[in-house]
Amino acid sequence: MRNRAPASNPRGRAAWSGEGRDFAANRGRPLSLCGLEEPRRLGGIWVLPLLFLLGLTPGCGGRGPAPDLVIINGKEPESLDPAVMSGEAEGRIVQALFEGLTRYNPTNGMAEPGLAESWTLSENGRRYRFRLRSEARWSNGEPIRTKDVLYSWFRMIDPVEGSQYSSPFYLIRNAEAYQTGTVKSRAEVGMKASDELNLEVELENPAPYFVELCAYAPMAVVPQQSIERHRSAWLTQGQPPASGAYTLVEWRLNDRVRLRKNPHYWDAAGVKSTLIDLLPVTHPTTALNLYLSGQADVIWDKDLIPSDLVETLRKRPDFHSFDYLATYFLRFNTTRKPFHDPRVRRALALAIDKRRIVEQITRGGERPAGHLVPPGLPGYVSPPGLSVDPDRARALLAEAGFPGGAGFPKFHYHFDSRKSQENIAVQIQAMWEKELGLRAELRPQEWQVYLNTQSQLDYDISRSSWIGDYNDPTTFLDLFAGGNLNNRTGWKHEKYDTLLKRAGAEPAGPARAELLRQAETLLVEQEMPVVPLYFYAGMQIHDPRRIEGIHPNLRAEHPLRAVARRGARR
Amino acid sequence: MSFQQVWKRLAAMIPVLLGISFVVFGMIRAAPGGPFDTARAAVSEEARDALRARYHLDEPVWKQYGRFLAQLVKGDLGPSLKYRHHTVNDVLSQALPVSMMLGVMAFLFALALGIPLGVAAAVGRGRASGWLAESAILLCISIPALLLGPLLVLVFAVGLGWFPVGLWNSPWHAVLPVATLGIFFAGRVARLMREGMMDAFGSSFVTAARARGVGEGSLIWRHALPIGATPVVSYAGPLLADLLTGSFVVENVFQIPGIGVFMVNSALNRDYTMVVGLVLVYAVLLLMLNLVVDVAYTVLDPKVRHG
Repeated sequence: MRNRAPASNPRGRAAWSGEGRDFAANRGRPLSLCGLEEPRRLGGIWVLPLLFLLGLTPGCGGRGPAPDLVIINGKEPESLDPAVMSGEAEGRIVQALFEGLTRYNPTNGMAEPGLAESWTLSENGRRYRFRLRSEARWSNGEPIRTKDVLYSWFRMIDPVEGSQYSSPFYLIRNAEAYQTGTVKSRAEVGMKASDELNLEVELENPAPYFVELCAYAPMAVVPQQSIERHRSAWLTQGQPPASGAYTLVEWRLNDRVRLRKNPHYWDAAGVKSTLIDLLPVTHPTTALNLYLSGQADVIWDKDLIPSDLVETLRKRPDFHSFDYLATYFLRFNTTRKPFHDPRVRRALALAIDKRRIVEQITRGGERPAGHLVPPGLPGYVSPPGLSVDPDRARALLAEAGFPGGAGFPKFHYHFDSRKSQENIAVQIQAMWEKELGLRAELRPQEWQVYLNTQSQLDYDISRSSWIGDYNDPTTFLDLFAGGNLNNRTGWKHEKYDTLLKRAGAEPAGPARAELLRQAETLLVEQEMPVVPLYFYAGMQIHDPRRIEGIHPNLRAEHPLRAVARRGARR
Repeated sequence: MSFQQVWKRLAAMIPVLLGISFVVFGMIRAAPGGPFDTARAAVSEEARDALRARYHLDEPVWKQYGRFLAQLVKGDLGPSLKYRHHTVNDVLSQALPVSMMLGVMAFLFALALGIPLGVAAAVGRGRASGWLAESAILLCISIPALLLGPLLVLVFAVGLGWFPVGLWNSPWHAVLPVATLGIFFAGRVARLMREGMMDAFGSSFVTAARARGVGEGSLIWRHALPIGATPVVSYAGPLLADLLTGSFVVENVFQIPGIGVFMVNSALNRDYTMVVGLVLVYAVLLLMLNLVVDVAYTVLDPKVRHG
């Protein structure tokens, strides 16, 4: 009996702890049924309370050393492979594990030298020469060389294994053709090693943001040996060598990701925390409780700020809100009548009071959006877009053949079924009814169905959002080029596509910015396949007296290597 | 129940499990939306098709099912389509022990609290102590976990700071979730116990013992309790099955890495392989526990054994 108590049961311990455990050891092992046998072996009920207390004795727990920093990171990472990951929560971890030629500066979120110590750009803005750091090493001590970069990059555009997130590579000459199979030879793709340390990259067109993209997770340098040996399990079997500031110690689903400082990182001296736990929390109240009780130091996912409490939290010194490169907008299905008519789209846009939405519903410091590209990008100013004007909206609607909303067909407002989305939907529904006499029917759907409905163009009007991948307007404007799979409006406009193409051929400068501005004007003032509603605000909770190294910036890039806690946890 | 009968029961489980897996396999695939519908589209239709092909989702369903069965025989439930570095077996081996541990503790908690409460209610009938016990039982049964969890957190974790507000790092982390999960079942156990004890007090066996001059304490604990506990024993099987497979609400509120969260999310994420794998494991657990309870009956009760 006493030997079966969880306290002394080694299999029971496995349920609590995992520190230092090899993932490989866990694979294929029969399921641990810790504790299951006990109730059947009981002689009398009086041992029950005793057993219960035994089960709670400290000593059967313990999960390795206490971390220096605990961060509530957002939803559970679907993947930590740069070729598979897509979300922000994943990106923050991936960028700590695997570095690119450049890395993000923690203060302004811009690119700075990473695995490459320097680079030059040719006159025509299309040819980069990167020089790797001779001291760059994997966490196992092996040097990082150009062959590692080429392996990682060719892996992303491999025609068979190719990644879903390979679009940044399409800037490189023939990379897209290589992925689609029209170009077979690697020699024709614009990335080549001159020697072990020098890498030459040739772009299709000048792309002022290419150096910044080199810091973006999909372009990170990953370990060839590990991937070829373990295939899809390379991150969970053994310990994958890291090229970034941290190594992966442990990854338990819905539990935590534990990172340890990589002693061989080229800038190990600049890495502030040794052991970091990242928690995947999904419940905003739980996140806040963990923070308030001192079990976590930072909440940096805006979805984990309880929306009902935003107004109270905003008054606290540990609440931080900042401009963020993301936009909330509505999509019209322009293949459906009457939304094929730009006048109808403009009328519906003009009837929405965006200020009311950010002031009464979201309340987290968001700003009403007249245009799609969030403000603050260097060298670019968006057109003002349309502001609320119900009179003009009614006139446009009448012009389109629906005076006072008469004869307007029944239509749906489509959104993913979350309370926060529903609040916005109800507000917009009321505005359209009041100003235009149009009654939208609300059509909430669970997330996967919502995404499918949107990409299948099976909606009338659908709520949407987009987070920019890099500091350039094209990260938003490219979405609505004809044929882009993220377009999802059915809208295709020759002039718009031409403007984008022309801008793409220009080097950085006012001429390029002007072409992009013309394209955006077409998008948000005339054609309106989308209605921008507001620009998101980044929201975080951390005590400025205790936590250092988290700086507000437009991309919300907060490299883990810069973050640290002063003093012991409360 | 003879060994032969047990074997028969075990053999009968196979078609049941096959049927369950087939229905779930078909139903989850028939649901709108798929595992690879993402907010950020793939670069091309080809890339998306290649991904579907990698997981054989481009094949006819019957063929996919055949592939699934072939793997199942080897004990492999396949890769998760959502968490693509993990297999369903990985997830089960990480999360199931946690849920089971939570479940077993909540089970023990329910018995440890429920049995004395039930006895107190029966013994103290008509007196203040009985009324108190009755009220406690009513309270246990009527507060849902969704409310009780945050309430306990607010008072004992955020307010008093006695316990952690969530996570699953040490035994102390288990106290509040175990209480939240167990209290309702403690109420159920207490009610069964009270009824059982009342019946026992009314039985001739207890009357005879009382007539022989057995003391009140001994009467309750040595004579009435074993009889009074019978309904609780029969309830224990399904109760344990319920508790072992995890509770979405409690795991979600306390951020516990158990299987309950996966149960719900895998269906929402259209993680086909995960849904089928988890449902199968749940079904196996339920069937096995039912069998164990039936076997236990025959051991305990001669009427069933010879009936």
